[in-house]
Amino acid sequence: MKATVIVTLKPTVLDPQGMTIQRSVESMGLPEVADVRQGKYFDVNIADGVSPDRGKEIVQKLAKEVLTNPVIEEYRIVWESR
Amino acid sequence: MKFGVVIFPGSNCDHDCYYAVQAVIGKPVEFIWHQDTSLKGFDAVILPGGFSYGDYLRTGALAKFSPVMQSVKEFADKGGLVIGICNGFQILTESGLLPGALMRNVTRQYICKFLDISTETTNSPFTNQMTKGKVLRIPIGHGDGNYFADPETLKRLNAEDRVAFRYHGENPNGSLENIAGILNEGRNVLGMMPHPDRSSEAILGSTDGKLIFESMVNALAGAR
Repeated sequence: MKATVIVTLKPTVLDPQGMTIQRSVESMGLPEVADVRQGKYFDVNIADGVSPDRGKEIVQKLAKEVLTNPVIEEYRIVWESR
Repeated sequence: MKFGVVIFPGSNCDHDCYYAVQAVIGKPVEFIWHQDTSLKGFDAVILPGGFSYGDYLRTGALAKFSPVMQSVKEFADKGGLVIGICNGFQILTESGLLPGALMRNVTRQYICKFLDISTETTNSPFTNQMTKGKVLRIPIGHGDGNYFADPETLKRLNAEDRVAFRYHGENPNGSLENIAGILNEGRNVLGMMPHPDRSSEAILGSTDGKLIFESMVNALAGAR
C-alpha cells in the first residue's frame, strides 16, 4: 500500500518562502501568478501483508502526529490506487 | 543542586551550556545523553541549542521522539526546572511542553547577532534576579525563530503573564508580539530563542545571560 502525504502551511499562516517565490516569478515576467504556497510531501510505503484498513490507520497517524505540526500546518493524503 | 544538559544528535551548544553552569555559575552539572531515561538527582535540565536530527522534517520535530524527552516531560510535570534555548525552545514547542511554534524567520535568513530583549515578568524561576523591563543584551543565532501562536493562545500567554522576554527595539525574525521567550502554565519551563549561554562572560561581549542562570540557582536554593 502506498500513499502520499502533502503537508502545507495553514491558509491563515504567512508563508515567507512562497511569497518570495511569487515575487521572483513576477519579476521574471509572469505577473499572472497571484500566489504561491510552499509545502512538502512524503511518499509512504506500507509493508506487504498489512490490511488496507490498518494501512490507512497507520498513514493517518503518521501524517497527523509526526509529519504535521498542527499549530501551523495541515495535511492531505493521496492514496495510490492499485 | 545539580544541572543537566541534554545532548541530542546535532546539539552544538551543549558544551557552552555546560561551561556556563560549571565555570561561570560554579554549580554541579552533567551531560545527559538523549537515550537516557533517568533524570534522577537533577534539579534543572537544559535543552541546548543546535540542530538536533539535522533539523530534518521540522526544527525540533524529531527530538521529541528521543527517549529522554518522555523523562523531561515527567520531570517538568513534577515541577523540575527546564530551560530550552534556541533549538531547545523549538523542541519544547514540538513536544507540547510549550504552546505555539517557531517558524522560518520572516527574512528567510539565518541571523546571528547581538540584540536587546526586555524582561517581561520577574515572576519565574528564570527571571527573579531582574527587574521588570530590564533590557538584556543577548545574541541570537537561528533560522527558525519566528514565534507563532493562534490569537487565543497569545491572549492566554499575555493574561497569565507567561511572556518572559520580548525583542526590544528590533524584531529580528517576525515573531508575533515580539515574543522571544515564553513560560509554561506551571512557570517552571522556559523556552527562549536568544542564547544566555553565549552571553554569560565579559569576554563574550555581555554578562546579561548570566542573570537567567543565577535566577535558576536562586530559585533552586529557595526551594530547599
